[in-house]
Amino acid sequence: MSRLELRHVRKAFGGLDVLADISLSVGAGEFVSILGPSGAGKSTLFQLLTGAEHGEGEMLFDGARLDDHGRHFAFMPQRDALMPWRRILDNTTLGLEVQGMRRQAARACVAPLFAEFGLAGFERHFPAQLSGGMRQRAALLRTVVQQRDMLLLDEPFGALDALTRTAMQRWLEQMWRHHRWTALLITHDVREAVFLSDRIYVLSARPASIVREIKVPFSRPRCLGGEHARQASALEAEILDIILNPQSIQRTRP
Amino acid sequence: MPAIISVGLLLLAWELYAIYSGIRPTILPAPSRVFEQAMLNREALADNALPTIGATLLGFACSLSAAFVLSMLVDFYQPLRRALFPVFIVSQTLPLVAIAPLVVLWFGFGLAPKIMLVALVTFFPMLVALVEGYESTEVEIGQMLRAMGAGRWRIFLLARLPSALPYFFAGLRISITYAVVGAIFAEYAGAAKGLGIYMLNAKNNFRPDLVLAAVGVSAALTLILFGLTVLVQRLAMPWERAGKKTEGKGPRR
Repeated sequence: MSRLELRHVRKAFGGLDVLADISLSVGAGEFVSILGPSGAGKSTLFQLLTGAEHGEGEMLFDGARLDDHGRHFAFMPQRDALMPWRRILDNTTLGLEVQGMRRQAARACVAPLFAEFGLAGFERHFPAQLSGGMRQRAALLRTVVQQRDMLLLDEPFGALDALTRTAMQRWLEQMWRHHRWTALLITHDVREAVFLSDRIYVLSARPASIVREIKVPFSRPRCLGGEHARQASALEAEILDIILNPQSIQRTRP
Repeated sequence: MPAIISVGLLLLAWELYAIYSGIRPTILPAPSRVFEQAMLNREALADNALPTIGATLLGFACSLSAAFVLSMLVDFYQPLRRALFPVFIVSQTLPLVAIAPLVVLWFGFGLAPKIMLVALVTFFPMLVALVEGYESTEVEIGQMLRAMGAGRWRIFLLARLPSALPYFFAGLRISITYAVVGAIFAEYAGAAKGLGIYMLNAKNNFRPDLVLAAVGVSAALTLILFGLTVLVQRLAMPWERAGKKTEGKGPRR
């Protein structure tokens, strides 16, 4: 059963079509990626979901129209958006504080999770004292403690160096297997999408529409070697081909 | 430390010139003579420095509060910016030399015109610093807070206000130096007491040594205020130093 469902969502900014026609669904406990070239309007989609912008079409959550946007989604932006003036502990409690929880209660809520997120001992540090990977983990911790129905991850590892990014992808896959968050990930990294997702929606360049929906058939935990790796790279190559040669799809389409 | 050496060398050159050129001390007194006279007249100097300090701090407090309130209004209601900023920019072009006597003429020899002039020269830099500081808030922090369900006021308090702190302190350091100069100018134009009027009287009595002594006091005053702002900044923004200390050798994983 699907929790989030979008039907023919469109959005234009001042006559410029950004989203042409987006229909997609995300099931409970499912990890879904939206993969597309830069500037395709992927982030615009999240702006519609979080209520920062309004578009046409239907957006449903658990069958009901999305109206009170803040309630369902916990949003993790592209850069970590940690507040430099707050210590890591107080950065991670931010969402709970906005929800109206007292600071002490929020801290008690978040503190036990620091070990699992590899941040134990860094509660009193400022963000500037942490490495890029740790900052992203703190940002994810801030996102998941909000206890919302669904995570929206906007290129969460885009600003990291390649090695850290790979390490973070593995870490996230492992975390996801434990928690089974319902998650929608925006990325332009094909490997990341294949490694993390149950399903992938491939977006076209602007105006964005969904050109292909791909089920990722591999079992979890996602293995990194042998037969799996070969299948994964075959799928990655196929997806890259769809993105980089848009004409070939038009030919294969009826 | 290098600053102390360069100032020391400058004073030494001045001292030597004053001794060996045979110039009269009523034209150019040597630093040693200025210092000597300053010590002899220290009670008068202190007596006259107090009103200057008072005018500086009061005027600065006024302009800070005004800049703070107005910067918030401008941040919440952008059209105000276009309506008000031209007026303030024009206020910055007014030559202090011309304005100071007029303000004294209108408001008398009391504290009020000094406060007004100090506020006039420091208000706009502080307003610009605050408004630009709010604008410097990371777009993504705003997006994230909105997605969390925070309203405008909440976002202002949680994100925009702390984001403005570095800009605020940069503005503070600049305008605190203007503030002392502004106060002295106002007193120069007319006052019962103060470093400005003290300088004017000393000049009229052909006592350049006392003028320079008063200049020294005002310079010391500015330096102390400047140092205070740096101190307050350190206390108010502990994360800045924490970030610098570990830069490049932060924990990696």
